Amino acid sequence: MTKETIIAVRFTLLTTIIFGLLYPLGMTVISHYVFPKQAEGSLIRKNGQIVGSELIGQAFTQDKYFHPRPSAAGNGYDASSSSPSNLAPTNHQLIDRVKGVVARLQQENPGVPIPADLVTTSGSGLDPDISPAAAAFQVPRVAKARGMSVEAVQAFVASHTQARTYGFLGEPRVNVLELNLDLDSSK
Amino acid sequence: MTSNGWLQILFYLGVLSLLTKPLGIFLYRVFERKGTFLDPILRPIERLIYRACGVDESKEMDWKDYGVAMLLFSGVSLLLLYLIERVQFWLPWNPQKLANVPSDLAWNTAVSFTTNTNWQSYVPESTMSYFTQMAGLAYHNFASAAVGIALAIAVIRGVARREAKTIGNFWVDATRTLLWVLLPLCIIGGLALVSQGVVQNLEPYTQAALVESQTVDAPGPIGTTAKQPVTTQTIAQGPVASQEVIKMLGTNGGGFFNANSAHPFENPTPLSNFLEMLMIFAIPSALTYTLGRMTGSARHGWAVWGAMAVLFLAAVFVTYNAESRGNPLLQGVDQTPSNIQSGGNMEGKEVRFGIANSSLFTTVTTDASCGAVNNAHDSLTPIAGMMPMINIMLGEIVFGGVGSGLYGMIVFVILSVFIAGLMVGRTPEYLGKKIEAFDVKMAVLSILVSSLTILIFSAMAIVSKPGLAGISNPGPHGLSQILYAYTSATGNNGSAFAGLNANTPWYNSTLGLAMLFGRFLTVIPILAIAGNLASKKHVPESLGTFPVTGPPFTVLLVCVILIVGALTFFPSLSLGPILEHLLMHAGTTF
Repeated sequence: MTKETIIAVRFTLLTTIIFGLLYPLGMTVISHYVFPKQAEGSLIRKNGQIVGSELIGQAFTQDKYFHPRPSAAGNGYDASSSSPSNLAPTNHQLIDRVKGVVARLQQENPGVPIPADLVTTSGSGLDPDISPAAAAFQVPRVAKARGMSVEAVQAFVASHTQARTYGFLGEPRVNVLELNLDLDSSK
Repeated sequence: MTSNGWLQILFYLGVLSLLTKPLGIFLYRVFERKGTFLDPILRPIERLIYRACGVDESKEMDWKDYGVAMLLFSGVSLLLLYLIERVQFWLPWNPQKLANVPSDLAWNTAVSFTTNTNWQSYVPESTMSYFTQMAGLAYHNFASAAVGIALAIAVIRGVARREAKTIGNFWVDATRTLLWVLLPLCIIGGLALVSQGVVQNLEPYTQAALVESQTVDAPGPIGTTAKQPVTTQTIAQGPVASQEVIKMLGTNGGGFFNANSAHPFENPTPLSNFLEMLMIFAIPSALTYTLGRMTGSARHGWAVWGAMAVLFLAAVFVTYNAESRGNPLLQGVDQTPSNIQSGGNMEGKEVRFGIANSSLFTTVTTDASCGAVNNAHDSLTPIAGMMPMINIMLGEIVFGGVGSGLYGMIVFVILSVFIAGLMVGRTPEYLGKKIEAFDVKMAVLSILVSSLTILIFSAMAIVSKPGLAGISNPGPHGLSQILYAYTSATGNNGSAFAGLNANTPWYNSTLGLAMLFGRFLTVIPILAIAGNLASKKHVPESLGTFPVTGPPFTVLLVCVILIVGALTFFPSLSLGPILEHLLMHAGTTF
């Protein structure tokens, strides 16, 4: 028994060094050289300044920008505090929140059905994407605010619409931050 | 449901079935020491470990010694993790200067990661330093997975060996799992995940300048709120990929971030999502082939695989169907699937995964004892939220946790041949071994321990103040939250109806106990069965033997699993998710 305990202590310490330190540190070094951009967070730089990550959503509220989904991460899109809402489908807080968003969106685009993802919070609170339906819903507002034609804005959306991987994996989507940055830089 | 959704689900099962045989043969060769292409590199490291630790690799153990070694390793490594958490402030790789972890939370977390549960009562990105995540939490992802696989191999040896006293050497099985199985797969899989965008660095959290600065409500002086401008976004970083890959391969499931595999830095693309799901089932699925190979009945391995596949597809169907229908209480929202939106119940789901991949992930992670989530289970529609609970309640034997899924399934196999034996009026046999009173008693004990742990702790929580205080979603969903928590802890799953406020002394301590019971009290009877079976004589198959291959056996096995599960848990499920489903369709909110 004592002999086995000594083995257990030594085994724990040795394997902690191999699998708890050497392995992750080695992976960090390899990743840094093989996939430098991805390993540091797919960051987007503008004029030398980091303005966000391709993979992490940001809050947008002005009319001239496409808006992301509602977020439950911190005060909204807090990328140091990822979180879903964890509201049950029968929780009145969820129903009331959705009612509020629906009322606001209906004014913006009367008579058009509101896509589900535009009124619901995501699993991470950091979802960088909206569905093509949610983008199409917002095109008239963005076009008006920017003084652009609907067709021109639609073309921007189309160029930022990512199809399913290999044609069948995942869902088609539009990256909100990249789309907005592209709209800004085209002025 | 859409045809593209089902195409993805069937493609997943197809790729899994193709992996099963080659990986199963590889596992067989690793543990039967038949030589593999990795031996020239790994054999010297293996010898070094044995020499440094004082392990005699030629010495085999009986089931009791094997169990003692396993418990000692788990105990010592648990203490080390607890210690690391308690002193992390003074350790290196803590760029965010995170404080030492409080004692009840540190204990709960240490138990959680040692038992392969990875239940998380905390927000990782604001609680755990990079050092703790690597040397403490990710390390235990390796260690607990190695323990699970070693135990499964020992149990298979028990079935395969004749008139033997021993079932292998725990240290050898654990070491070979770590070096031959987990390490190579983690290096390849980890880099594949980085290529998709999973981060891997030791940098402080990134400060990004927001494109459009925001105004948020921040707490002002004495209970007021004040408008506060926000111009930057703090983006959490870390050595994520190296942990993400073992979190999946070892069916651990503990997220580097709070949002787990819904977080874009843990699971950025549909391809990373597919790979992560494949990693969860890869080893458990391969172990069925290893079982067939080591016992000399490949067809038995496939019969068990078939039972798993049937239960898997049934669970995916129910979950996917319920989620596709969306939430009838949301007015004015278009939840219909189309070419330009996945539709359905999108609360708590990511756009890139949609309904099909979220439903599939939910099923995979709870069929196995993984517990990683790519969507918020608490926000699932009631019937879809019931399915992960059922998957865990059945014992996570549908492919299951690494190792634990297979030895859990062997318990049901023993019950099945016992019931078949009763029906034909003969002593039941399993692959040439007579199944006698001792084996059946131990099998039933193993199942009873986990059922009793789930139901008794849940019952205690719903009649106690601190238990009820954790509920965040009122109505029948509150019962579901509590039931889910103890089910997940006992089943060593770790996923949650995460609205439940579980970071309290009550939940940290009771869930900690549930995890320990669910891991160690269930496996000791199984080791006893293995030891007992190993010592038995071989009985040649006769006309009266109920065959453990082919469709009749698969059907019987599925029925036994479902009947045991239904009889035990139907009453509690009917008061939680089933009641909530009926009320939701009657338009009730809480």
